Amino acid sequence: MTPELGQLALILAMLLAMAQAVLPLVGAWRGNRALMATARPAAAGQAVFVALAFLILVWAFLHFDFSVRYVADNSNLELPWYYRIAAVWGAHEGSLLLWILILNVWTIALAIFSRNLPEAFAARVLGVLGLISVGFLSFTIFTSDPFGRLLPMPMNGADLNPVLQDPGMTFHPPMLYMGYVGFSVAFAFSIAALLGGSMEQAWVRQARPWTNAAWGFLTCGIVAGSWWAYAELGWGGWWFWDPVENASFMPWLVGAALIHAQAITEKRGSLRAWTILLSIFAFSLSLLGTFLVRSGVLTSVHAFASDPRRGVYILVFLAIVVGGSLLLYALRAPKVMGGKPFAVFSRETALLIGNLMFAVAAAMVLLGTLFPLIGDALHLGKISVGPPYFGLLFPLLMTPVVLLLPMGPYLRWGKGDGGLLKGMLIRCAIAAVACAIVAAFFVDGSLKAIVGVAAAVWVGAGVLLYVIKRWREMPHGRRYPAEMAGMLFAHFGVAVFLIGVLLSESLSVSRDVRMAPGDVQTIGSYQFRFDGIKQTTGPNWHAEQASVTVTHDGKLLSVMHPQKRTYPHDQVQTESAVDAGITRDLYVALGEPMDAGNLHGAWALRVYYKPFVRWIWGGGLLMMLGGFVAACDRRFRVKRTATETAVTTAPSPNTRLAGEAQA
Amino acid sequence: MSRLVPFLGFVLLAALLGFGIWWNTGHDPRTVPSPLINKPAPDFVLPELDDPAKTVSKASLLGKPYLVNVFASWCYVCGEEHPVLMAEANQLGVPLIGYNYKDAPDDAKAWLARHGNPYSMVIADRSGRTALNFGVYGAPETYLIDARGIIRYKRIGPLTPEVIKQQLEPAIAALKKEAP
Repeated sequence: MTPELGQLALILAMLLAMAQAVLPLVGAWRGNRALMATARPAAAGQAVFVALAFLILVWAFLHFDFSVRYVADNSNLELPWYYRIAAVWGAHEGSLLLWILILNVWTIALAIFSRNLPEAFAARVLGVLGLISVGFLSFTIFTSDPFGRLLPMPMNGADLNPVLQDPGMTFHPPMLYMGYVGFSVAFAFSIAALLGGSMEQAWVRQARPWTNAAWGFLTCGIVAGSWWAYAELGWGGWWFWDPVENASFMPWLVGAALIHAQAITEKRGSLRAWTILLSIFAFSLSLLGTFLVRSGVLTSVHAFASDPRRGVYILVFLAIVVGGSLLLYALRAPKVMGGKPFAVFSRETALLIGNLMFAVAAAMVLLGTLFPLIGDALHLGKISVGPPYFGLLFPLLMTPVVLLLPMGPYLRWGKGDGGLLKGMLIRCAIAAVACAIVAAFFVDGSLKAIVGVAAAVWVGAGVLLYVIKRWREMPHGRRYPAEMAGMLFAHFGVAVFLIGVLLSESLSVSRDVRMAPGDVQTIGSYQFRFDGIKQTTGPNWHAEQASVTVTHDGKLLSVMHPQKRTYPHDQVQTESAVDAGITRDLYVALGEPMDAGNLHGAWALRVYYKPFVRWIWGGGLLMMLGGFVAACDRRFRVKRTATETAVTTAPSPNTRLAGEAQA
Repeated sequence: MSRLVPFLGFVLLAALLGFGIWWNTGHDPRTVPSPLINKPAPDFVLPELDDPAKTVSKASLLGKPYLVNVFASWCYVCGEEHPVLMAEANQLGVPLIGYNYKDAPDDAKAWLARHGNPYSMVIADRSGRTALNFGVYGAPETYLIDARGIIRYKRIGPLTPEVIKQQLEPAIAALKKEAP
């Protein structure tokens, strides 16, 4: 009975979403306050029913209701409860429901925190969010019903894909969706501004924390996914330029650009059209990600069960949302122009160059991802551009960003101060060169590693110098407002990330070896001794588990236990063993038995020594922290008086101060 | 005019994606075409699911074309494909052999009992080693093998009514035509 209630809840939610979409938009157009006022109650009602549907699905999983097809397909009696909850979003239908739930969470948060926005504008924003919700709810109800019955009810279910039975994978999709969906807020703000025909700096200020938070979540999701791929897939890699990874990376790149563009527009009023365009792009790319994963247009290890009918549906939805908003942009953008002029040598220019680089990088990734499709369309055969293409172009496009990054805070809005910048650049350059020379002695002349050290020191020194400068020059309590602290965290994260990527890429050692019990393999100054296999079991798997003893200069360092797990339906999943460290990871993955299936004979093992690899995720987490910290700035929450929000007024002393403090 | 550029760019993108959907329903779907097409199917000897004492080999199947459908009870998409097979298996004109892939026999039997059995015979490859020779990426996959044991068509991913109509039936018809 309850699954039918879930279905009913979804249908009611869709009706309320329609009300939330249509009534406030009409109200804002006609100036009808009663209609505008329906936005918040409709959104609240919709959220209640969506949450209800979601909880009913969770309930069905927790109580093994295998009469629900989705539950039967993705869980079984042995699956522990925490993975049964994660199984809710383990496949297409449920993950779509999670998407909708998160959209509602963002909508409710926005409905609560948008009280100080003008009535018509808030009504339009909530209306646009309602429109998006209608699209996703109808998609779920008509093509991907999670509550479909399976009769007669089986005694036991199939299984959650064992690949997903990992803590990292449990958090990866919700975080990613928080990011994807979070960009819908900036999108809705932009569409509302286009519809209304004006864009005030105060609104952009209100949109900023949402963008920062969404980007923080997206960063977190990508880091979790990357960490999971590293720990779980047994290849020791952390990024594969897989279509679905790219699908999450494109909104990230555009989101990073959007964060900076919004800062310019809010502080200076310039580049409004560009900010609007970027917020449309960021959300469109999030939708495109959803499309690519579910439509079967591209293949990938991540792809959900694909179905061409779903593909057509999402394409139509995409055409309406993205095509419609870009058309709206083409028609209305001239209405929202404005802002202060700026010199070539200014913070605006630096941010704009960075922005363009991010946008071009996103376009480059999009092109590379869709390349197999283009090949089909032009009858060039199945071609696909892999890591070589991305690996060449991406660093090339990001080089100007890295070079410019330390300068941003030192450049003034409008017109920069050359003397100030010069002193700081000379110090950064000296630090970078000095560290690179020292590093050269440690890395056997690997150019990539030396460049990595230089680039990281360049960025890191710039950030630290600015931290010191603020400490000296500003009075206590005003030194690091949250917005600036966020910027400093994120930029320092880039330095940490650069170390991680360039050093681990260039200095890693990997070996595929055949080892009999007692064999020793030496990598660098580490000795790996294979001590044989034993059987072990978990809640719903059994495994062959190897013991690998690692010694360093004769001292025992650790005993590692890579596993090869077998889940109830004979699905095999490797579980690599990682000995983590700040300066290096040791990584052992268990392959296959080499002596005709004799478990106690020789095995194939893959052994890695990966210096500084952890810094990759460390840098990512710092960027995430930056996004969240910046989103918490009080300035974004303080109510503005009418004069301050006006488009053309000069900045009040208050804004000017904040403007100087901001990157 | 320049403000229309993003929109026009999107129109191109949408056209490309639409093409992708059309192409992937009308052509051999996912990534690379199998290198085994028009090559002899690998030799295999596999036990029957219901009676492991009996085995089926490539040699025993020569002389008549047949379809091999790779499935597993743990495979989510197979559940979506199954009703299609139930409806269409009898009308294809060639025997449909189920290839149970990396599955526990009891699970597979229970799964067939639950969803129905469209196969004229089911062979079991518990270790997945033979599947490796076939170049199986994952379940579901379907192979059309002709009377001389040559793979003539391969579908990666589920058979849908559209795929059967547009790809599989023409391939079977072509086989029938060349048969003596």
